[in-house]
Amino acid sequence: MRFSRTSNLAAAFLLATLTATAVAAGKPSDAQIAHIAYTAGDLDVKAAKVALEKSKNPDVRAFADNMVKDHTAVNDKALALVKKLGVTPEDNDTSKGLVKQEGEKQAELAKLSGPSFDKAYVDNEVAYHKTVIAALEKTLIPSAENAELKSLLQTGVKIFKGHEEHAETIASGLK
Amino acid sequence: MRGAVIGAVSLALYAASAAWALAGETVQVKISDLAFSPVEVTARVGDTIQWVNGDFVDHTATAKDGEWDVMIAAGKQAEQQLSRAGTINYYCRFHPGMTGKITVLAE
Repeated sequence: MRFSRTSNLAAAFLLATLTATAVAAGKPSDAQIAHIAYTAGDLDVKAAKVALEKSKNPDVRAFADNMVKDHTAVNDKALALVKKLGVTPEDNDTSKGLVKQEGEKQAELAKLSGPSFDKAYVDNEVAYHKTVIAALEKTLIPSAENAELKSLLQTGVKIFKGHEEHAETIASGLK
Repeated sequence: MRGAVIGAVSLALYAASAAWALAGETVQVKISDLAFSPVEVTARVGDTIQWVNGDFVDHTATAKDGEWDVMIAAGKQAEQQLSRAGTINYYCRFHPGMTGKITVLAE
């Protein structure tokens, strides 16, 4: 319960950071959107790899394994697309905010082990996916100029909603 | 003698029906953009469901009652033969919002 509340709070801050930064900077460019989307996926892959090192729970491990596969697949698509479009992903304050927030969360998770790690990791995955989905739907997708990038982001939202549901299912079974 | 003929005929009929069941039809379900299509299909015992995954991520077709769990890799296809009549609700373990239903009729 404590972790869940912490995660929701962290998610609220993260969402505020994501949207406020995007708004402050005006509409993000496709190069910035590609960077934000790639960074969001990359951070989740890294978190999943830590979970695969630490967790012994088969459901948590299966979930983390799927996070590595799915987010790597999405990011490979994104990289292939930006290459085709001749766009160079551009670092920006939103990406930097994501890296900072997730870095802090991962530092918290690193201190935990066993069932308390499993619960905190899965709760954070629910919160993190919610945040990324909201940022995609509210800011990134409406701002994307290129139709193929927009379409990839829309597919990404569907995949990430699946992850959120998957994480919620596991979270409900963890104590 | 008569018993043997009846026996042979019934054996032949049994073999024929078994062969028919084994050679059941294939019902295809496509996966595109995180959805099964068609969502609902009707098949017979002995038929095979073939899922064709057009997405770039892996999916599963997992019976909610646990009867089978089929892995369908990105861009690939996978099959499951239906062994009993009834309604099977299934979903993707990785993306649980993806659901489908198979109505399996007796042979």
